[in-house]
Amino acid sequence: MSKNVKFIQGNEVCVEAALYAGLDFFAGYPITPSTEIAEHMSLRLPQTGGKFLQMEDEIASICAIVGASLTGHKVMTATSGPGFSLMQEGLGYAIMTEIPCVIVNVQRGGPSTGLPTGPSQGDVYQARWGVHGDHAIIALTASNHQDIFSITVDAFNMAETYRTPVILLFDEVVGHMRERLVVPEPEEIPLVERLRTSVKAGVDYHPYLPREDGRLPMSDFGGVHRYNVTGLFHDMWGFPSNNSGVTHGLLRHLVDKIKNNVEVITRFKEYYLEDAECILISYGSSARSALHVMENRRSRGDRIGLLELQSLWPFPYELVRKKCANAKHIVVVEMNMGQVIRAVKRAVDHPDRVVLANRIDGFFINPTDIKNILRLIQGKGV
Amino acid sequence: MERCRLVFSGSGGQGIITAAVILAEAAVLHEDLIAVQSQAYGPEARGGASRSDVIIADSEIRFPKVTQPNVLVCLTQEAYNKFYSIIRPGGLLLTDTRYVRTWDKVDARQREVPMFQTVMDRIGNPVVLNILMLGVLIRLTEIVRPESIMKVLETRIPPDFLEMNRKALYLGTELGSSFIS
Repeated sequence: MSKNVKFIQGNEVCVEAALYAGLDFFAGYPITPSTEIAEHMSLRLPQTGGKFLQMEDEIASICAIVGASLTGHKVMTATSGPGFSLMQEGLGYAIMTEIPCVIVNVQRGGPSTGLPTGPSQGDVYQARWGVHGDHAIIALTASNHQDIFSITVDAFNMAETYRTPVILLFDEVVGHMRERLVVPEPEEIPLVERLRTSVKAGVDYHPYLPREDGRLPMSDFGGVHRYNVTGLFHDMWGFPSNNSGVTHGLLRHLVDKIKNNVEVITRFKEYYLEDAECILISYGSSARSALHVMENRRSRGDRIGLLELQSLWPFPYELVRKKCANAKHIVVVEMNMGQVIRAVKRAVDHPDRVVLANRIDGFFINPTDIKNILRLIQGKGV
Repeated sequence: MERCRLVFSGSGGQGIITAAVILAEAAVLHEDLIAVQSQAYGPEARGGASRSDVIIADSEIRFPKVTQPNVLVCLTQEAYNKFYSIIRPGGLLLTDTRYVRTWDKVDARQREVPMFQTVMDRIGNPVVLNILMLGVLIRLTEIVRPESIMKVLETRIPPDFLEMNRKALYLGTELGSSFIS
């Protein structure tokens, strides 16, 4: 058998994918159920010539990766809900200063310290709006190891392309379970490298002056150019500004660079949607249970399909609207009190056809939970 | 092949989870099968009955947990009491004679095997009880070959302990032979 086949935990897959994508700096503070990411990273980074730092807390962790990224490195940190809450300030700073980085949140039950070892998908809206102020964000997810690998590489590529933090929203189930991973060959997945300025040493470099294509070339901080970086609204020099035009232009830029690329950023998988009367919409580990139910019902002749979302933010409203146009029933499967369902209802032409199949008790949502909702819809009772 | 759903249970330190990982890894890396392994991470894993689920199949596995195992291994009485009722009727229920007293009412092929006694008599070190158990299990189920387990052990076990593990595995397959019916 090929050397490229591994049997490892989802958290370890995330580490291998990050290294594949070119990660060379990780700072973090271990927390269940993300701990194996820090643990495995502390083993693997020194082997590949990178640096691993265990920080004193999550605030320091995100600040360390943001600083390291600015000096030219590909960076990541990993945490779970409580740590992700602490990271919001640093996350907002990275959004405002447009510093590429990847933040993994292996979700557990919340709020607060919640259910450390129980699965949950309760941080979907925290990923979107945990940071104060208007902004846009990219959040990706996956339901199996092969997809965790490719979506993690995508996260690094998008962080560089759009100069933005990208959030990977995994969960306890996919993070801890072991299954097969076929590690792609080098160059099998294209990588996006840092866009660096062509401005030479001794010539003025404008850190926030976009090129004609809208992208902002970077100069490794501490290198040949001196420039300012601030979380305040700033001009093309990076200096604070409260000029109306500057403020308006920057905020619009921060939102538009992601909003205008929804179709490019969107990642999804679809199963039997063409003739589906009932469409399940799910993501992350919940999509595994949804897929189980769908295959089971299809084999009996039911016209049921599955739309698995792998990018949650920016939400693919148009995609969901089109895919669900002919569905009589839309069932959103997730482990929370109804988060992605809010976006789905906003997206579809008939929000009254959308119902929730959820589980919130710290146990993995199982096929029976979903089948019960399908029975209810069909008027059969549970 | 028929989809094989296994639950391994016992108490912390018996190597239950390690055994589950080794079996699933052997299936994937050396038998070209599909496998998923998961385990209890909650308070129950920090004292009390610990548990690990493995599914082995030749087609994609979606739902990764086991609700009704066709193979259940219980290495303590507490684990047996907690899990015997979830076994698929007619499934294989493997227990250790020293640790577990079984009940006749259970609708399963119950195999009470003197695994602990064998490991102490023939090797003298309980640390390889889990590997001996794997030997018994693969002999009774034929789910993977012992060579595949050995290949995994060679990558996981320090060289000085490999021979002891090899001995335990093959003692297990030998012991398992006398419990096939």
